[in-house]
Amino acid sequence: MRYLFKTDYRQDTTLWRHRGDLFWYGLLVVVLLVIPYVLSEFYVGELGGVFVFAVAGVGMMLLAGYTGLISLGNAAFLGIGAYTDAILLTHGVPLLIALPVAGLFTGLFGIAIGLPTLRMSGLYLAIATLAFGSIVGTVFQKWDAVTGGFDGFAVPAPDIFGVPIQNATGIYYLSLAVLVIVLWFSANILRTPLGRAMVAIRDSEISAQSMGIHLARYKTFAFALSAFITGLAGALFAHYVRFLAPDAFDVLLSVQFVTIVFVGGLGSLHGVILGALFVRLLPQFIAIMRDDLPFGIGRMPGLEPSLYGLVLVIVILFEPGGIYGRWIKMKQWFQAYPLKRRTGFRRQKSYARSERLR
Amino acid sequence: MSLFRAEDIAIRFGGIRAVDAVSFDVEPGEVFSIIGPNGAGKTTIFNLISRIYQPSAGRLIFQDQDITAVPAYRIAGLGIARTFQNIELFANATLLQNLLIGRHCHSTVGVLSQVIFTPAVRRAELKHREKVEEVIAFLGLERYRDTLIANLPYGVRKVVELGRALCVEPKLLLLDEPSSGLNVEETEGMGFWIEDIKKDLGITVIMVEHDMNLVRMVSDRVMALNYGKVIALGTPNEVQNHPEVVRAYIGGEG
Repeated sequence: MRYLFKTDYRQDTTLWRHRGDLFWYGLLVVVLLVIPYVLSEFYVGELGGVFVFAVAGVGMMLLAGYTGLISLGNAAFLGIGAYTDAILLTHGVPLLIALPVAGLFTGLFGIAIGLPTLRMSGLYLAIATLAFGSIVGTVFQKWDAVTGGFDGFAVPAPDIFGVPIQNATGIYYLSLAVLVIVLWFSANILRTPLGRAMVAIRDSEISAQSMGIHLARYKTFAFALSAFITGLAGALFAHYVRFLAPDAFDVLLSVQFVTIVFVGGLGSLHGVILGALFVRLLPQFIAIMRDDLPFGIGRMPGLEPSLYGLVLVIVILFEPGGIYGRWIKMKQWFQAYPLKRRTGFRRQKSYARSERLR
Repeated sequence: MSLFRAEDIAIRFGGIRAVDAVSFDVEPGEVFSIIGPNGAGKTTIFNLISRIYQPSAGRLIFQDQDITAVPAYRIAGLGIARTFQNIELFANATLLQNLLIGRHCHSTVGVLSQVIFTPAVRRAELKHREKVEEVIAFLGLERYRDTLIANLPYGVRKVVELGRALCVEPKLLLLDEPSSGLNVEETEGMGFWIEDIKKDLGITVIMVEHDMNLVRMVSDRVMALNYGKVIALGTPNEVQNHPEVVRAYIGGEG
């Protein structure tokens, strides 16, 4: 077990707790860079998909996990980002400009949904964002002139400085780069007043306000940020699937984002990656197992969504910390072995809180 | 010259006059206590001062500035910090993060520089951290620095909340029942801290409190409320022996 002996305030502002962290993350990056040379194209493609969903998961995590605002409309943000990027590319805008513009444009929609829902929380907010999602979905379907409607929209193959990005490996590296940048931005936000204000709003709006936090400004910011990141993911998604169909951005996709956040572990960026791995690899796992399952269960329609739902319920009931929470507990258990404490993770019962002033 | 002045403030919830034409002055450097039976309107006065409620009449004046129309989020920046009766900490954050949120109103770095964490942001963070560390040392919270609030005992949380308010570097500190839920020893400890806050940090305190021992121990002046009206104002002893106050607490002939 490692005991950190802090001797400098700077140790609390760094991204790495100690050199071991730096080593392991460095090793992970090296492994990820080498993977396309080792694994077959299929697995590289699947991992690329995991990265795309991880980016969208970060957008969801900052909103739901850190600011406490649940959204069932993030699939719409993904769609707006995807169409914006694809349309810009058909007009000859280079990818390196189209990508951030798609994010920023989606961010505007984030502000548009954030402002009218300022006073909402919990279920009401979920319903409002759900409505937003289905409105945007309908617009994708009906506005043929721009989105191509149900005929779909073929996404042009992008290139960066003349290097074409079309096969799975190209998307893999592009998504990995965006994911790393987004994670770095998010980690920065979380260690500055911005991120602390978001956490404050999540845990107690009334005292956040009394500490000088402008609730409306930060909630809108959280929505804009989430939309921006999800828009970036959308642009990547467009290149990942290469063909946009309006019904791809439905509520099930939003539920997948929520699943990423909850199954991975609310309130942790590590959780996003684990959640994205889970959400993307479960369908593959089902596909592999399909023929081995008895009674034709594997061929039943709706197996995937119901498994997502089941896992979501089980996680919320038995492991609110998600996969990452379970990992922390396991780590603790091995570090302290054999001195396990049964109450190690049990929290003191909280007392009645003041009446909510909203 | 008084630091804070309430002029005939009033608020009504439906037909109930929760606070009815209450006026008082708080001098710089004093501890001013507000007492009264349950539902007398004590916490409501705090919510009026911290601008969570809008008074239906009257004016609030802080350092010669009318703050009756100032939005709630700007109150901390003006130098008024508060604690809550039932603890409103950020439960899923560490003690350190909680105290750093108290520094929020002193943060001046821009959004974009925070996103890329410029050296200026780092310097600002270290400065906040230094100030927070002063508060941690002042309240003796060193051993809990990296503990989640949810894992802290109630008595410690109460102190953390006091610490968070101190991190605002207020000129006026509003303490809403600092002793509620604390045992006799912890209450006495709280009393010592309030005295230190007044003497060493020079912060003016308005306190809502039920524990008369604590009120006598620390307050310079006491105001008694009943049904939203001031029934007595003076030194702790004067107020405690005031016939109206005795009647409000114990009851008696009209």
